[in-house]
Amino acid sequence: MTEPLLTPDAGGLYCRAGNFWIDPLRAVPRSVITHAHADHARSGAAEVVTAKPGIPVLTHRIGEPDDLTGLDYGESIEMGDTRVTLFPAGHILGSATVRIESEHGTWGVSGDFKRAPDPTCEAFAPYPCDVWVSECTFGLPVYRWPSPREVVADILSWWGACKAADRPAVLFCYALGKAQRVLSELAAAGVTETVWLHGAMIPLTECYRQQGIALPPTLPATEADKGEKFKGQLVLAPPSASGSPWMRRFPKHSAGFVSGWMRIRGNRRRRGYDRGFVLSDHADWPDLVQTAADMQARKVITIHGNGESLVRHLKDQGLEAESWNLRQTLAPAKSESESA
Amino acid sequence: MKDFAALFDRLDQTTATNAKVAALVDYFKAAPPEDAAWAVYFLTGRRLKRLVNTRELREWTAGASGLALWLIEESYEHVGDLAETMHLLLPPAQLKPDLSRLSEIIETAIQPLAKMEDDERQEQVTQLWQEFDGTERFLINKLLTGGFRVGVSKRLVTRALAEVAGVDSSLVAHRLMGKGTPNADFYQRLIADQADVDFEQSTPYPFFLASPLEQELEHLGDAQDWQAEWKWDGIRAQLIRRAGQTWIWSRGEERMDGRFPELETAAEALPDGTVLDGEIMAWRDGAPLPFSVLQTRIGRKKPGKVTLEKAPVVLLAYDCLEFGGEDLRECPLEARMDALEQALPENNARLQPSAQVRFSDWNELPAQRDRSRELGVEGLMLKRKSSPYRVGRKRGDWWKWKVEPYTFDGVMIYAQPGHGRRSNLFTDYTFAVHDGEQLVPVAKAYSGLTQKEIDRLDRWIRNNTKERFGPVRSVEPMQVFELAFEGISHSPRHKSGIALRFPRIHRWREDLTRKDADSLNDLKKLLGSAGSKSDSE
Repeated sequence: MTEPLLTPDAGGLYCRAGNFWIDPLRAVPRSVITHAHADHARSGAAEVVTAKPGIPVLTHRIGEPDDLTGLDYGESIEMGDTRVTLFPAGHILGSATVRIESEHGTWGVSGDFKRAPDPTCEAFAPYPCDVWVSECTFGLPVYRWPSPREVVADILSWWGACKAADRPAVLFCYALGKAQRVLSELAAAGVTETVWLHGAMIPLTECYRQQGIALPPTLPATEADKGEKFKGQLVLAPPSASGSPWMRRFPKHSAGFVSGWMRIRGNRRRRGYDRGFVLSDHADWPDLVQTAADMQARKVITIHGNGESLVRHLKDQGLEAESWNLRQTLAPAKSESESA
Repeated sequence: MKDFAALFDRLDQTTATNAKVAALVDYFKAAPPEDAAWAVYFLTGRRLKRLVNTRELREWTAGASGLALWLIEESYEHVGDLAETMHLLLPPAQLKPDLSRLSEIIETAIQPLAKMEDDERQEQVTQLWQEFDGTERFLINKLLTGGFRVGVSKRLVTRALAEVAGVDSSLVAHRLMGKGTPNADFYQRLIADQADVDFEQSTPYPFFLASPLEQELEHLGDAQDWQAEWKWDGIRAQLIRRAGQTWIWSRGEERMDGRFPELETAAEALPDGTVLDGEIMAWRDGAPLPFSVLQTRIGRKKPGKVTLEKAPVVLLAYDCLEFGGEDLRECPLEARMDALEQALPENNARLQPSAQVRFSDWNELPAQRDRSRELGVEGLMLKRKSSPYRVGRKRGDWWKWKVEPYTFDGVMIYAQPGHGRRSNLFTDYTFAVHDGEQLVPVAKAYSGLTQKEIDRLDRWIRNNTKERFGPVRSVEPMQVFELAFEGISHSPRHKSGIALRFPRIHRWREDLTRKDADSLNDLKKLLGSAGSKSDSE
């Protein structure tokens, strides 16, 4: 047996043949970054390879690396003894999966991905590979997404009810990706009213707008007139703003949260949201299983999330599968165990 | 069914009490009485008798979804609610306009399951799954699995019904105490506008509950206006003697007929039209036996001779809600105490007045309370002499002033996910103490941590799991907690040989490590102290 092409290291994956890391969380000499979310993109690499459409958002997040290479989707680059090609992951603007061709075989590596339609980014593109390294954030069959169209209709009807009741409609969603996807879906549904944004979303939303993605007009909530009560207005905010003093400006608001986690009632109730909207930027269970098939891999390795169930399910179907815990590679060296 | 599902969604989408009551009122005003009756039935916490066992439901879900049974189990472990898990796993239904009624589905599709053969039941349930989706299907699963909690208290339902009926909510509360069959007639009686609807004789009054005393005694006002009693650690009960019959109700609104035959016999000495409020206690030679003795009576529907002999009970009566067939609840406590004295037969060992604690000045009471452990009571009750008998937990007239609990430091060894709102979070913990070289489990506790602590501990548990046994995980024994409890007794049923009464978490002691946890011997020392007598005494 030859050694695997990739091994967990530095919170990401290390490719010895190409001498580079994918999505490392520690400083490394050379990295391939799949997308700009903080659990994938950290500053510190001297050389960075990433997909071109993701560059504005990525550099906003981690600054300009010394040596930045932008690849078009489908464009290849030689790295050590490997050839690396990026393909659209359908996760957020500029997100990519990484195909590595080498004498150890061809591996496909997802950062995060989804198959559901998203007006803000190119659709996921499958390709054949020997080993498919799949994210597994929602690795149980209870996670099955309704169609985005239905969910957007739900959001609009909730906003309508808030208007009728003169209450602010505060919609929590991740600041990068989800917020812009929701805005873009609203624009497609004909919304032309101004949507108020939390400060953390402003520059990212501008990045999207500058790349030609149609969004309704937006304004920072802090720029509203003094005494504005936001009655019937839609406000987008990151989950971290929930319960913060910033929220005081929206008296009597109704709180919604847009996330795949909202598929489970207890998740919503525990966090105290009035409404949960099941719209995710990750693959649901049926798409995790389908994608494993579409990649035609003989082996699937799960990363990010609890992959045990997916692994067992794929094995039941006759595939090779295993689960890697990347974050364990970040844990400090084990201290002596307390138990006897 | 659609209307009921819409009600559920409205209740589920708000945490505001007024919005919940408004949703209930809207529903009750529009719903046909036979549907409203079932809605009341479920929302007040009643449930259908289990018609299908959960094993079958899981298997049928596997069949209908094409998923392996182990995936159903793992999904359930993750979601924490079987009804919801099944709904999420089942394929989308072939939706038709839902014209069915709640009562119709229950009476023609769900209740008949009880009399069906296995295949027929599976077919029936699978068909329901194909016909309904969304909240409707989730709720049907809830009805099938029994439990039904929506964050609506009985009090809110009572409030909404009172608003619909235009009567006082205490009247509706009283009407709700009865256990009628949920049909149109039952509902009409609930919302009838007159006070004199005919009741079943067995109907008890809603209990008045005390609140914990959180202020200085002096702030209660003049000591002369108050009466003090021991706070017994037994079963709160209402004893009804009407029309030559006796009923005993627990505070959980369960009828306890047949469980306490000695009390039923004793009650024959009460005049007709008498309702007493008090505490059922295991009792011998004028003193309480430990709660663990009473526990041997709780589960027994028909106690045998040996049990009756080993665990004799009395009713310590402390209030009289009805005398001579007259509702006394609006009378001041003083007057009700007089009625109690008249009602109780003289020298009846089974029906005794609960002893009062005499005092003339507030500063006499702390010393009395300090005797609690020695006397085997939980502390003191303080009641305003002029107060009526209210409904539910209304602050101001009845206070409980408990003794400080015992505490010990235990180390967490197992964790498992909670249910409902706490599903898919590890919230149920087992704690152990040292026993020589080993750790021996002594208590399970569910409450006492803040949401933030629960979240943090949940992450810790996931990262420090040693082994999994179904939903239960064993963890590295590292986290130490200060636990409080009310009493301790010998227990041959537990590995540790002891049972703790009402254990709960006081504090997460992150400053302590495993070796700082207490030992079983530390706990056993408490067995000797009065108030935690062993069963054998």
